[in-house]
Amino acid sequence: MTHESLSRRSVLASGATALGVSLAGCSGGGGGGGGGGGPTVGILEDRSGNFQLNGTSKWQATRLAIEEINENGGLLGEQIEIVDPDPQSDNSRYQELTERLILQDEVDALWAGYSSATREAIRPIINENEQLYFYTTQYEGGVCDNTIFPVGATARQQLGIVTPYLAEEFGEDIYIIAADYNFGQLSGDWVNVLAQENDYNIVGEEYIPLDETDFSSVINRIQDEEPDFIMSMLVGANHENFYAQRATNNLESIPIGTSTAMAQGHEHIRYDPPALTNVYAGVSYMEELGDLREGENFVEDFYERWPDANYLNQEAQNNYFSVYLWAQAVEEAGTFDQQEVISVLEEGRDISAPSGDLTLDGATHHMEHEMRVARADENHDISFANNERIGPSFLREEVEGGDGCDLREEDKTTQYVPSDVYDV
Amino acid sequence: MIAATAAPLTFSAYSLIALLFQFLNSFGFIVLATVGLAIIFGMMGVINLAHGEFILIGVYGTALPFHAGVPLPVAMIGGVVAATVFGVLVERTIVNRFYDRLLDSMVATWGLALVVSQLLLIVFGSSLDSISAPMGSVAYGPFSSSIYRSVFLPLVAVAVLVGLYALFTRTEFGIKARATIEDPETARAMGIDTDRMYTVTFAIGSALAGLTGALYAPALGSITPNRGSTFLVEAFVAVVVGGPSVIVGTLSAAGVLSVFNATGSFLFGTFIGQMLLLLVAIVALRALPNGISGYLDDWQQRRRAEE
Repeated sequence: MTHESLSRRSVLASGATALGVSLAGCSGGGGGGGGGGGPTVGILEDRSGNFQLNGTSKWQATRLAIEEINENGGLLGEQIEIVDPDPQSDNSRYQELTERLILQDEVDALWAGYSSATREAIRPIINENEQLYFYTTQYEGGVCDNTIFPVGATARQQLGIVTPYLAEEFGEDIYIIAADYNFGQLSGDWVNVLAQENDYNIVGEEYIPLDETDFSSVINRIQDEEPDFIMSMLVGANHENFYAQRATNNLESIPIGTSTAMAQGHEHIRYDPPALTNVYAGVSYMEELGDLREGENFVEDFYERWPDANYLNQEAQNNYFSVYLWAQAVEEAGTFDQQEVISVLEEGRDISAPSGDLTLDGATHHMEHEMRVARADENHDISFANNERIGPSFLREEVEGGDGCDLREEDKTTQYVPSDVYDV
Repeated sequence: MIAATAAPLTFSAYSLIALLFQFLNSFGFIVLATVGLAIIFGMMGVINLAHGEFILIGVYGTALPFHAGVPLPVAMIGGVVAATVFGVLVERTIVNRFYDRLLDSMVATWGLALVVSQLLLIVFGSSLDSISAPMGSVAYGPFSSSIYRSVFLPLVAVAVLVGLYALFTRTEFGIKARATIEDPETARAMGIDTDRMYTVTFAIGSALAGLTGALYAPALGSITPNRGSTFLVEAFVAVVVGGPSVIVGTLSAAGVLSVFNATGSFLFGTFIGQMLLLLVAIVALRALPNGISGYLDDWQQRRRAEE
């Protein structure tokens, strides 16, 4: 062994370890500048990197809503400016851009982030600057925060509609597989809570690293336990391979309940049947639902504006209606002043969204959603069942010993987790 | 918070077969992910951080013709050709400026990786439809395993290693290529066109990356512009553990790493499987600083010296 190859090797080793860090720290060019004094909104949604598949349609729907408002004369007589650099699925870039949008562009409202890890990464910056912030992804729930409006359905809403439905239909032995980070772990806790409340049996439970793409050992373990159904809270492009491998192993006879598949990454379109056959998603919206408002067609408008779009996902609909929610509150407040807009929002509001007539709960900043179970059949055609209106009951009725979180009464910047209330 | 780990499989003849298939699956993946990188690093001293994107070009080169109606095996040839052509272009324009400039080659190829994945995003959008794995599964007792992943791909992996061994030890090209790597000046003096040797060796490494991409196109799940990273960690860990010799190093590293990965996944779940793989890499770096193949070389030399 020569010295030269020794040094080569040590360089290689340090290169391998540095790789993750350097890729994570990568940052590219910025977006358009704001300023100019008019009302400005910030949109930070991923159009490249690991979450671009889900983030792109969120960005598209937010832009669509704001452009519609501008075409109809703007807000309080002013045209809204948009600042929307691409955060590239990179949390440190999110932090940088969030600071820039708040301090330099002085955005009046911010829509940002796909994953819960991203939301938690920018939350301290949001809190420090008391920035009005709409987080629109379906998520684990529990965020009770002065200036944050998490308008997506929570785990209790999504899992609460789909888990009992599957237990009723197929039996009560459940195998849980979920992504190994805050969202997946807390979602797994929620399935455990539902199992305790209804006497279901959890026969297996596994949390899988986000970069895993091979599920053969998971599938063997599921085959060993023979559950009546699987609850899957897998996340991201890597984990989708589970559904492909499920088809290879003829496992589609075991139904899967999920809060993540289909409604976001539209796997039922991107994968050949039967990969997603008998997958049941607890959702507030999917493109296949169309537009439930009279005389409106959100799906057509969306594809007219973005002809190359892949899919109009659940999150994009949340971005869309929450822009209108904000616009209504601005009109009523008569100002873009964030504290005053928040005060109006905290009075609670009804809003007619493509997914149905929804209500913003002023105390918790969360939505009462129309939840439904979406099932993919053997051709991956989607049907909806079990429509039910579910409110943010965890924050409203369960935390703080049953008193709930009321942001109108007290200042909070916290996130409650199931173990605050339940023994999980 | 619950600290749940997956329930271990109960030991039985069937579950041991499951373990064997998991090992083969992991072995095939590590060999195929590594071999192109190992050749370019081991023979040329270039650390190709764009290795994952070379594989990705193999994936796209397969998926695009497949979705246009070309049968999968033919489409796979398209993937190999695409990666090879790309490799030759990159070698002639970029990499040939970086021979024996390790750190510079890392920065240049990393930049290349960013460019490739962003271009794929811009040109082909955020994802291509996925391809179903061929060949179905084999069932035994309560279990089943994918024939493609757990039988076919490991066989291809072994065939690739055997083929490379023959190429580099049994052909005139192989001898010239090794001479170029050992001592380029003497090789040139003997009339070997070393520039051409570098290009051809780089092309072989690229072709193997393309082959990996082509083979994993139907076993990858989603096909998105950032999937290159899927292969990168295993490939780098295996090259570090394997050491300087391409074939012995890749084979031994893949063998050792997949035993730990498969057993860990089998007994405790995928998380522990991944942790064990990285742990073995750390221990190997400490205990065998020259990698497994370096250790074997040293041992052989010591034995010769004793005789």
